Amino acid sequence: MVPLHGWGRAGSTRAHLAEIDSVADAVSALRTANGGRGVVPRGLGRSYGDAAQNAGGTALDLTKLNRILHLDAESEPPTVRLQAGVSLDALMRALLPFGLWVPVLPGTRQVTVGGAIAADVHGKNHHTQGSFGNHVRSVDLLTADGRLSTLAPGDETSRLFWATMGGMGLTGVILGATIALQRVETAYFLVDTDRCTDLDDLMAKMTDRDDDYTYSVAWFDAVTKGRHMGRSVLTRGNKARRQDLSPKQARDALSFRAPSLGTVPEIFPNRMVNAVTARAFNEFWYRKAPKHRVGEVQNITQFFHPLDVVAEWNRVYGSHGFLQYQFVVPFSEVEIFRSCLEAIVASGHVSCVNVLKRLGAGNPAPLSFPMPGWTLTVDLPIEDGLDRLCNALDELVIAAGGRVYLAKDSRLGAAAFRRMYPRLDDFLAVRREVDPDGMFNSDLARRLRLR
Amino acid sequence: MIDALGTPQSLLLLGGTSDIALAIARRYGRERELRIILAARPNERRRAAAQELTEMGCTVTEVDFEARDYASHAETIDQAFFEGDIDVAVVAFGLLGDAERAWTDPDLALELAEVNFTAPVHLGVLLAARMRMQGHGRIVALSSVAGERVRRSNFVYGATKAGFDGFFLGLGDALRDLDISVLVVRPGFVMSKMTTGLEPAPMAVTPEDVADAVVAGVRDRRDLIWVPPTLRAVMSGLRHVPRPVFRRLPI
Repeated sequence: MVPLHGWGRAGSTRAHLAEIDSVADAVSALRTANGGRGVVPRGLGRSYGDAAQNAGGTALDLTKLNRILHLDAESEPPTVRLQAGVSLDALMRALLPFGLWVPVLPGTRQVTVGGAIAADVHGKNHHTQGSFGNHVRSVDLLTADGRLSTLAPGDETSRLFWATMGGMGLTGVILGATIALQRVETAYFLVDTDRCTDLDDLMAKMTDRDDDYTYSVAWFDAVTKGRHMGRSVLTRGNKARRQDLSPKQARDALSFRAPSLGTVPEIFPNRMVNAVTARAFNEFWYRKAPKHRVGEVQNITQFFHPLDVVAEWNRVYGSHGFLQYQFVVPFSEVEIFRSCLEAIVASGHVSCVNVLKRLGAGNPAPLSFPMPGWTLTVDLPIEDGLDRLCNALDELVIAAGGRVYLAKDSRLGAAAFRRMYPRLDDFLAVRREVDPDGMFNSDLARRLRLR
Repeated sequence: MIDALGTPQSLLLLGGTSDIALAIARRYGRERELRIILAARPNERRRAAAQELTEMGCTVTEVDFEARDYASHAETIDQAFFEGDIDVAVVAFGLLGDAERAWTDPDLALELAEVNFTAPVHLGVLLAARMRMQGHGRIVALSSVAGERVRRSNFVYGATKAGFDGFFLGLGDALRDLDISVLVVRPGFVMSKMTTGLEPAPMAVTPEDVADAVVAGVRDRRDLIWVPPTLRAVMSGLRHVPRPVFRRLPI
């Protein structure tokens, strides 16, 4: 049995890890699964909590099932058929030379297609283009009975299809999918940046013009209190066309290089992210942004994944680990949203990676996270009293009719979860039909009572 | 399933009517819904404790537990794990006994040895086996500074705690590679039912203080803590006092 944990590096448990190299491997793994504790599919382990671990049971490592099978660049939209273990990073690099683009990219590209589907990930373009599940044309699911079926949103399999989008791996093993793609002329983006003086300023700017941009997201300062609480950097953009590029860039319009500044060592001192360093970081990150800049050409790393330049960055939180709290509340609940931010800022727990975004319409998946409203994400080092802050935030979010994102969650209780996801029983009905003996199980499923 | 902040959803209290056990249960139970297995002798104290915890909003199951009935231990553990995973198990039972009678009355000495040492060792092995099957779990073992260096004033009790302490530290080492942590807690004088009538020693603590320390220790996956933490330095000094001096200290 090996230790498995999430990106937050807390809550590690032991499971048998079975490497899956083929569909046949997956079928036989189900048959020989450790009696009683069940099986959980696992990709690249980027969920922050315990979604891809299964104490005392088995985890299926699907990262070797990573072949791109067929690309149809002529159809409208273009589509790609691939195995579930392909990472979004590998997919993006494979598609760029063809002028094709992954329709939804979350905060990291190091997630598998299977994981992207199971968490129904979303990105900076959610308000205009929805979440990952919206772009899945079909998915190949291996269910508890050992059968492999192809599910699609429009036909008689749509109930199981939508339960699988955002289903956290609990309906079966996703072995492959067909994804609808987008076209791009370049690997660059035309970006407008604005520094906002406080939360009101940020929200006003976002409400005013978000829909003019395909992509929009804000980083905000989670340490400053008082008048300038919520001061932030708003970055919004669209895909750049050839004519937007400089001649030098245009020569290699679709090429992509991922620079790296190195890797954080495995053993990193504890408490390096603390009130002092976090304050300094927040100040630096706010000041380094331009007050107002229009039409800047940025590459993929600059625009999407600035954190990727430092590999294994989660290690800076040391051995105690951290958790990420991401929630969404409806647009009408601005006051509660403000109260949540105030609670975080006043708590003494400090966060550096803070994201705020407007989300658009959700999809039919019962456990999908995105709904129209404001979403906030904070990273918090695990320390005394953090549970009280999170419990208080839960209550505020529930009061607003919002919810917490399961791909980030590592501590929500079962009762609070039920109140956040009103369609939980729809999901459970499908799960019980397709997996009556509970073959698919995970620490998250046990914690949230997803039986 | 225990969450990333160390908050359990299920709690097993072996010796569930002890003040410290109940303080731990209240501490966990007030934050979040909690399923508690109260393993203790079937009597009024157990019923009252179960009722208090149920009124707090916890789900309580009472399980019979008799420390000196070794043949029944396996059944107690089976019943405890019957409804599902146990996230945190607290070994909270123990007997203080009258210190002077303890070394002059062979039956009391035997009772102390069995209740404070033999039974916990037996249960520790049973617990470890179940948690290994679960693939996760935390054990909290309530030891005492009395076991850190045994002293004349309560040496029978101290000796049994010394053995208890050593066993659970070793068990923690054995389970370390399996993501099951064992927290050995060494409180000083705790003002509780067990010590009613005794003169409180300096640096005395309440069961709630111990509970707070346990919750933090479980969250941080510590293996050994003192309550209060300053006792660690005190004991470190005391451990090195030469015996001719030590035996004359008024402790």
